[in-house]
Parts: sequence; C-alpha cells; structure tokens
Amino acid sequence: MSSQPLPAASADSVPVVTHGSSAPPAPRTHRPARLRSRRSPGLPYLLLIPSVAILLLALGYPVVWQVLTSLKKFGLAQQFGKPAAWVGLGNYVALAKDPYLWTVVGRSLVFCLVNALATLLIGMLVALLMKAVPGWARISVQVSMLLAWAMPVITAMAVWRWLFDYRRGVVNYLLTQLGLDYVGHSWLESPLSFFFVATVIIVWASVPFVAFSAYAGLTQVPGDVLEAAQIDGAGSLGRFRWIILPMIRPVLSIVLLLQIIWDLRVFAQIRLLQDAGGTPSQTNLLGTYIYQLGIGSGDFGKASAVSIFVLLLTIALSWFYVRRLLTDEAQA
Amino acid sequence: MTATTATKHRARPGRAVLTVVAVLVALVWAFPVYWMISSSLMSNVRLSAGAPKFWPVNPSFDNYASVWGGGTFLPALRMSLAVTALTVVCTLLFAFLASLAISRFRFRGRTSFILAVLVIQMLPAEGLFIAQYRLMGTLHLLNTVVGISIIYVGMVVPFTVWMLRGFVAGVPLELEEAGMVDGLSRFGAFLRITFPLLAPGLVASGVYAFLQAWNEFTTALVVLQADNVRTLPLWLRGFIQTSAARDIDWGQVMAASTLIALPVIVFFLFVQGRMTSGLVSGAVKG
Repeated sequence: MSSQPLPAASADSVPVVTHGSSAPPAPRTHRPARLRSRRSPGLPYLLLIPSVAILLLALGYPVVWQVLTSLKKFGLAQQFGKPAAWVGLGNYVALAKDPYLWTVVGRSLVFCLVNALATLLIGMLVALLMKAVPGWARISVQVSMLLAWAMPVITAMAVWRWLFDYRRGVVNYLLTQLGLDYVGHSWLESPLSFFFVATVIIVWASVPFVAFSAYAGLTQVPGDVLEAAQIDGAGSLGRFRWIILPMIRPVLSIVLLLQIIWDLRVFAQIRLLQDAGGTPSQTNLLGTYIYQLGIGSGDFGKASAVSIFVLLLTIALSWFYVRRLLTDEAQA
Repeated sequence: MTATTATKHRARPGRAVLTVVAVLVALVWAFPVYWMISSSLMSNVRLSAGAPKFWPVNPSFDNYASVWGGGTFLPALRMSLAVTALTVVCTLLFAFLASLAISRFRFRGRTSFILAVLVIQMLPAEGLFIAQYRLMGTLHLLNTVVGISIIYVGMVVPFTVWMLRGFVAGVPLELEEAGMVDGLSRFGAFLRITFPLLAPGLVASGVYAFLQAWNEFTTALVVLQADNVRTLPLWLRGFIQTSAARDIDWGQVMAASTLIALPVIVFFLFVQGRMTSGLVSGAVKG
C-alpha cells in the first residue's frame, strides 16, 4: 500500500493520462482530426454503432416502454395477454390520491437527505483528520476506508446483519457491556430503528468516497496561504471557514449532489434489511415500493408511473452534475 | 521556519488527541471487514457460545470447505464468472470504439452523444427494472447470461466511455503520425503506438466493469429469478435465507461473504484512484 492511494485525485487539474504514459503533453490541435474526418466522414458513426445499439436496447427501449406503460392499465391480466387499455394519466392520478405513495416519497426524501448530509459531514471530518495526523495514522485511516469502500453491498449487508444480530451480535454485546439493557434487542422491528441501522450501513459505506475526495481537495489548499492567515491571527476555525472551505467547496458540492442521487435510489440495503426482519409496508422507500408494485403485485402500469417519477427526479438532480462535468471539460 | 516549529510545538497535545481519534476511526471502519474474516474462521458452535470472540479461536477453514463443496456455490460462481466476463469484454470493446470516435473525430452529433452518455450514466436501475424485466421476457432472455449481460453492458458503457476518452485524447495524434512517417500503416501506427499507451486505461475500465457486474444485485434480482441461474449476490441472499429457516450459520455465511468480497477488494485497490477523480472532477479531460 503506497502512501498515496489517490494519485489521480490528488492532482485535480492533471489529466489522468499522465499516470500510464510518458508521452510529452503536446498541444492538441483540431487540424488532423478534421483532415481525417474529411477522408472518411462515416467512420466515427461506425465506431459509435455498438455503444448506441446496446444503450438503445438496454436503457432506451425500457424508458420508452415505461413511459407508454405508465399511461396504460397494465396488471396481471394484461401480462397474460389481455390487451392493455390506455388510461391516460389514470395511474398517476390514482397514485397521487394514494396517501401511501406520499408517505413513501416523504420517507425517501428525508432518508436521502439525512444520509447524504451525515455522509458529507463525517467524510469532511475524516478528511480534516487525515490532514492533521502523522503519516502512519493517516495511512491506517486510508487503508481501512479503502477496505470499507471495496466491500460489495451484498457482503457488507451480510456482515452488518451479523453485527446487529439480536441474539449474538457484537453491537448488542458491546452496548450491554456498557451497562445498557440490549440483551436480545431487535434492531429491525421498529421502523425508526430499522432506518437508523440502514443509515449506519450506508454512511459507513459512503464516507470513504467523500473522505478521499475531500482530502484530495484539501491537499490543493496552498500551505503558505494558511500560514499567512495564521500570522495575521486567524484561528483554526477561521482558517477553515475563510480559506479551506471556499477552496474545497466545488468538490464538496459535487460530492453532496452525487450522494443525494445515490441515496435517493437506495434499494439493495433496504430490500436486504427487510429480508432480515423489517416490515416492508413500514420501511419501503421508492425503490422497494416500485419492486413491490411491479414484481410483487404485478401492476406494471402503476410501477412504471412511480419509476417515471424517480427517473425525472434523478435527471433533474443530475442536470447540475452533468453541467458541471461539461464546464470542466470546456475549461480544459 | 522558527515560526512553524513553534506552532508545531504548541499544537502537539491536540495532535496526540487527534491521532487517537484517527486510530479509532480506522478501527471502526475496518471492523466489519475484520469481523467477516474472523467469524469465517470459527465454527458456528464457537460463535454461538458465550461472549463474542474478538480474534479467531482455533481458526480453521472448515466453513470455506463446506461452502465450496455445498453444491450451490460453484454453479453461482460459474454464473457470475460468465456474466462478468461477457460484460467486461463487450464493455471494453464498445466503449473503446466509442471513445475513439468522440476524442479523435469532430462530427455532427458528437456533443449530443456525450451529453446523452452523461445523463444515461445517472439513470437508476431502480427506475428501470420493471421495463427491463418485461424486455427480457419479450426477448425470451429472462434467466439467461446473455440477457443480464446486455443490461449490465448498457449500464457500464457510459461511464467507461467517459473514462476511456480521457486516455485516448491524452495520446497525441502527432505520435501516431510520426509512426506513419516512419513507414507504419495507419492501423499499424495505432496498434504499435497508441494502443500500448491506452493499456492502463483499458485495465482501469475493465476492472470497473468487473466490479459492477460482480456486485450487481438489483437488476439480477429481477431478471434472474430461477434458482439455477443465480449470480453470487443472489446466491448469498438465498444462502442466508435458507440458513435462517433453521438458525443462521454465521460462520458459513461469513466464509461465503469473504469468498465473494475477496476478488473485489483486490481489484478495487487497482482502480479506485481513477474512479474518484473521474467522478468528482471529470478529470478525464479531452
């Protein structure tokens, strides 16, 4: 394990390619590309065919199908061949009138925001911590963060279920050792405690990405500026508020946006915790609700309508992210 | 210089406290991974009796042997390997060609393609799986390697194109042209000069595709419903459920988890630097 597990990210402005190639950074001109495309104007399109084809098949067709199906009555009978009747916005209206949908939407939004903000806050603190401690301590934090980050969701869920096991789990054992009455405490029974466990797991798994990104941002803050501020009498809080924070704000905002998008779509963790003992109707978020509507009860029409809602929400949020990536590109 | 030393001296007690906190943070974050491995080395009897053991007592690989030889793990492993291999190969090929197109050529529709790729990359599987389930049913590809791989390639290609185009753009055309002046054909110049310089990018993209296909749970849950075509994540879920019907054998579950997580952890260490930078700054610039 090298002391710099993030070579690419720590040099934000350096193109990643410097990693592998020793090629001199020659100025890029558009002249040769234009010459080439004049010689074979169809070639770039040929190169794009496989990607475009697979995207249309795997994602394009499903999106279109979903939009159309959300406008139809498409239940179990229709799956077995009965023609699906158009109902216009009927599915949407029915859902909008269903208080349960709004419960799920509200629950998902609160869960998403709590998780994203907690992840950002803890990740930021870990990054500051890594900057402040001696090398060996920083490397231990980095190694254990990498381990947590690398864990596949499914195995992480298995381990956390074992840790929170009501009878033999370590969490109950340790809390009992601290003098609290947690013998045989079931964590997944009450919805609030269910979501607390989900939050612990998701924050544990997401903090490494935030911490590494924020740390990479921190290494870009020039030391002499901080020193100058210190000489001018700025305390550590002042330096953080007026120098560090403004400089790493771009990184933080993009990371927060990604966390919100990712936490909004959380499915596997909730589904697997429901396996372990949560009551589905009390713990459904948008993802598991769609699953229950579509795969569980076979109502593809309504499931599609909820899916469209999730897709629109995600695209709206992603728009800022995509615009940011494109601005970065234009500046390069 | 003296000023800095003075600050360091003054900050030392605070620094010691922070170091302790850092060690605690490291312990907390690594603990679940440690616990997985430690529990996997102990028998269920030992895990059930008395207080938790914080290090493996009488460690043995018995759990691994029972999982490996249990009859259901190996078919799931084969399934995962098949799906992952197909996904990685197709993704690399498709994404490589597309990244050549968008970084070596200027053509009508280029910007729209990039924009589409970036937006598509954000689409959540959770918002699409109903339609994908239906699609696979129509194509008679439910419960098949090809069916799930088609969806995985579609999910992975966008980010891979984005990642690879930075590498392609980073190899100056002038190098290739110099090779052509020295007598190589255009294809030869590409193969001898550009391609080797792209190797790190291809490796990183391949590992990324591997991780996605190996770990994926949501879409697999929907598209692979038959017992004999389960990938490893689905198999592990089933294994826990079967085990839960009696009393979960946590030793075996943790051994199974370790077997699934190990390749991921190894490969992840190769690729993660590139993934952060690609996500955060779009540092792959062209």
